Amino acid sequence: MLEKLNEIEQEALASLAVIEDEAALEAWRVANLGRSSPAMNVFSQMGTLSKEERPLVGQRANQVKVALEKAFAEKLEAVKQAALAKSLATEQLDVTLPGRPAPRGRLHPATQNLRRVLDILAEMGFQVYTARDVESDEYNFQLLNIPPHHPAREMQDTFYVESAQKEGSYSVVMRTHTSPGQIRAMREFSATNPQNPPPIRIALPGMCYRFEQITARSEVQFNQVEGLVVGESITFGDLKGTLSDFARRMFGQHARTRFRSDHFPFTEPSAEMDMECFVCGGKGCPVCKKSGWLEILGCGMVHPTVLQNGGYDPRRYSGFAFGMGPERQIMLRHKINDIRYFWGNDIRFLEQF
Amino acid sequence: MKLPISWLKDFVDLKDLTVIDIADKLTMGGMEVEDIRFAGLPLPERDDHGFKVNGIAWDRDKIVVAEITAVNPHPNADRLTLCELFDGQIHHTVLTGAPNLYPFKGLGQLEKPIKVAYAKEGATLYDGHAEGLVLATLKRTKIRGVESYSMVCSEKELGISEEHEGVIFLDDDAVAGTPLVDYMGDAVLEVKINPNMARNTSILGLAREVAALTGRALKKPVYENQVKGESIEGRIKIEIGNPALNPRFTIGLIRNVEIKPSPYWVQRRLRMIGMRAISNIVDATNYTMFELGEPLHAFDYNVLAARVAGPSAPVVISTRTAQPGEKLTTLDGQERTLSDSNVLVCDSAGALSLAGIMGGAESEVSPKTTDILLEAAAWNFINIRKTANQHNLPSEASYRFSRGVHPGLCLEGLKRCLYWMAQWSGGQVAPGIIDEYPLPPKQAVIEIRASDIRRALGIEIALNEAKSLLERLEFECELVNNELRIIAPPIRMDIGEGVVGVADIMEEIARIYGYERIPETRMADPLPPQRGNPALEREERVRDILASLGMQEIITHRFTSPEIENRLLPKNAAVPPIDYVRLANPIAPEKRVLRRSLLASVLNVVERNARLSESLSLFELGSVFVPSDELLPREPRRLAFAITGKRFESAWDTRIGVKVDFYDLKGLVEGLLDALHLEVSYAPAVHPSFHPGKCAAIIANGASLGVFGELHPLVQENYDFVSPVLAADLDLEAILPLLPALGHPVRPVSEFPPVLEDIAVIVEESLPADRVEALIRQTGGKTLASVRLFDVFRSEQIGAGKKSLAYALTYQSFDGTLTDKDAAGIRTRIIRRLENELDAKLRS
Ligand SMILES: [Zn+2]
Repeated sequence: MLEKLNEIEQEALASLAVIEDEAALEAWRVANLGRSSPAMNVFSQMGTLSKEERPLVGQRANQVKVALEKAFAEKLEAVKQAALAKSLATEQLDVTLPGRPAPRGRLHPATQNLRRVLDILAEMGFQVYTARDVESDEYNFQLLNIPPHHPAREMQDTFYVESAQKEGSYSVVMRTHTSPGQIRAMREFSATNPQNPPPIRIALPGMCYRFEQITARSEVQFNQVEGLVVGESITFGDLKGTLSDFARRMFGQHARTRFRSDHFPFTEPSAEMDMECFVCGGKGCPVCKKSGWLEILGCGMVHPTVLQNGGYDPRRYSGFAFGMGPERQIMLRHKINDIRYFWGNDIRFLEQF
Repeated sequence: MKLPISWLKDFVDLKDLTVIDIADKLTMGGMEVEDIRFAGLPLPERDDHGFKVNGIAWDRDKIVVAEITAVNPHPNADRLTLCELFDGQIHHTVLTGAPNLYPFKGLGQLEKPIKVAYAKEGATLYDGHAEGLVLATLKRTKIRGVESYSMVCSEKELGISEEHEGVIFLDDDAVAGTPLVDYMGDAVLEVKINPNMARNTSILGLAREVAALTGRALKKPVYENQVKGESIEGRIKIEIGNPALNPRFTIGLIRNVEIKPSPYWVQRRLRMIGMRAISNIVDATNYTMFELGEPLHAFDYNVLAARVAGPSAPVVISTRTAQPGEKLTTLDGQERTLSDSNVLVCDSAGALSLAGIMGGAESEVSPKTTDILLEAAAWNFINIRKTANQHNLPSEASYRFSRGVHPGLCLEGLKRCLYWMAQWSGGQVAPGIIDEYPLPPKQAVIEIRASDIRRALGIEIALNEAKSLLERLEFECELVNNELRIIAPPIRMDIGEGVVGVADIMEEIARIYGYERIPETRMADPLPPQRGNPALEREERVRDILASLGMQEIITHRFTSPEIENRLLPKNAAVPPIDYVRLANPIAPEKRVLRRSLLASVLNVVERNARLSESLSLFELGSVFVPSDELLPREPRRLAFAITGKRFESAWDTRIGVKVDFYDLKGLVEGLLDALHLEVSYAPAVHPSFHPGKCAAIIANGASLGVFGELHPLVQENYDFVSPVLAADLDLEAILPLLPALGHPVRPVSEFPPVLEDIAVIVEESLPADRVEALIRQTGGKTLASVRLFDVFRSEQIGAGKKSLAYALTYQSFDGTLTDKDAAGIRTRIIRRLENELDAKLRS
């Protein structure tokens, strides 16, 4: 009987050795470890054995059973591993095939950059103040220290809206800048406490309009963001410091700025803030038109007449204002040389942002 | 304004300053140099100087002054000459084709040699015969059998001007052998002059700035003249009609002038600054205008004297406004019809010139003129601006007058011009100047303290330092106690008084001190009240939600036309009378009004992109413009979006061709409103732009928030679309105020297991699905956690005019685990009410 058990064990292990898949392995399990397998039959035949033989055979039968079970478990693991290895080896995708497109929405590049500008300004304490697109001549020009027939009006070719005429010119215009919002904001805030108007720190975004032909370089409408600060101790040094901080946030901490004198009717002193060209590092290239500098924004101390018109006493309050073109920043950043792309809304342009 | 460096040198010592240094000072000081054209002077060695630079440098050894001693005919060519030339060291024979040398041909040795600019072999010059500016190097060659290795130059070849009619004849002071660059090497700065710097539309004005910005002395021009002959006092009178339009008029006289070309250096400077040289007298008026900024006008005095009543009567020059319809022939030969705002300079016989803009033909200086009456006057800049625009007569004079020339300049301009006329024509300046000055402008007086400087600029500048800065610009300053009393110089029209004057002075102090020297600081002022901008924040949320729903934002022109917007109406439909905000000066007919519909803008963009993408999903958010009874129109905010094309983008293994329909659009509408946490309902709507059966209104609190649907087939025909377009037109003015201010309520989530169940009911086709769902929800109460319609089914089996609606219901309690019995109870109640109230039948 012991010999038979040895035979059973050897035969079973031999047949197990050649098995390669799970189905055959299952069949082997039934055949060798199932209820009617030869090894199990030994247990059922125990009764026919002698007293002396019984413990020996019983012990041996158990050993065989344990050995077969262990071998089975090892084989099962090996077969699974082999199957996995085989499938890993054969299931090779072409990972360079494109994925299935997920629908993706986007904001217009002008909105994206406008937000970026406003976010930075917001962190610097500038609250967004929005105002209307169609303005009176009074708000767009006169209250900003640009009287009728002033030479400065030539700097801003204006779209006039059919309306009542005053001295031969229309009294309603498409705003040429967001500056009329400065007057609206100052008047709104000073009205809350005329004797003691609150300080102001606002950003004024919005679409502005200039009477021009639409070409690669000029558009009839463009976004502008202006900033206005009014307080009791605002200086030109603050203007320089604040705007250089802004430039570093907007264009990177290495951004170098310079302020040169310029003229705007609503600020005095006025300045232009240039930034060292980020394309060529100041050496001169087509983006900066070989100058090494990029004009980023116009700025200046708020003109006393403008403060006065806004309800802020210029003897007590001072302030600074600045204005920039978010689309121009996008064009510089992405080397776009046709401004018509913005409102042309060609999907092939928009989808690149 | 063009600024030749050689001319600038007349008034300020430029020692140790490069051209780039000067350009940099001007640019930082508010006079931006837009480009620099070199004509002789060496170009900068490095290229990181920050300016646009072009032009040519003249080699010191290869381009020199030379003299032509004889002009001989060419043996084989009539049109060429062979010049005997001395370059200071060697005698050469030089071949030329210059027509201005023909008259000297065959005269033998010239009595007075002709001074010329001479270029030797290897010199780099512009090719005089090429179109535009082409650099070429002078090479040895043979022309018609005669060897040539050098040349006599024209202005074009030297990069001075476009002039190539003949070679340059230099003035007598040029010495043969001198490097030409030392004699007249130059560079011209193109300087942008802002409106507040009208005083700097002159060489002297810019020189004053350069002197002030570099701390150098300004060399003032000579204004005094030697006079001869009879005084003009009493012989010439001035009558000013309206001093507000003509605050000052001055007259001088010069006799016995010989009209001839100006000296070469004058012609060269005029051409470099952009003016043609005409004759010594006309050139003197132009030269002085560029030099000092005062435009002048020369009359032929004898023409005027011949027109007066009698031999002893004085010439009376008067200024007045024109009669409406009055005519004047200006010296460009055009007869002009005048209006009553135009100001005329007249004599007793009639109008002589259009004041400050252009002279009349009759009294123009001619080659026979001998005596010149010279006018220097001041005019109202607004009036000149209007007149120049009215007659479309932009000129160097009207450019200056229309920006404001201080009346204080008249006398200096007059004297200086007489000086140049005498120098260049051999004439004699008559004693006496007639000066009518009825309306001298008040010179601004400003007082500042050191605290004003600290307050405006944030730095300490002592008052005596401020004084010296301002004096460089010719402000008169007096330091009394702790106050600086400042009087603006009689060239400045841009300085105010009071607080405005202080700001004007601060700008001048900062400019001359140097913006770059003012340190950057952070605001010490307290942070103002932080208000935010809730309206904008809500709009930005809408934009974000739409982008998250896969839509592309677009931004379009606000300008459109009624025709473009009427494409929203079915073909041949009656156009309702709609009032638009109209532009008075549109750039094009299709951009003549402000848009009233955002949907029209979005559909234009859909059309433009229809063939570029298999599916489109676009939105725009912005204002439309509605005329109102007020001065300014209303600008309500709208939102429009449109989708078209395939529901899913194709991939390499999926080519599902299903196109978007009403329910795709509604999904977007619901996605938006759900993200905004708005409770709304939908109702069938009628709108001319939409398919009558596929259009819905969004309703909240009984009011419509907008409509959406499939475009009407007859509207689709108005566009070049590829697939049906579905669109929504929403009123943000109605939607945004409904948004919960603080936050929407959030339902708790139950911990107990849900019971899931489906029910299907058969109802009349005409019954809106939302009524079934509403009844289910109402009946299910709190325990019915969710209801989802998962199938709509129609078949013969169900019956004609009927539909089956299948819902997945989720029951869930917050108090404990629901039993099947609990769920069955609710279900029974739901079914009973559906049967009783909506005539529904349970589908088994
Ligand atoms: Zn660059």
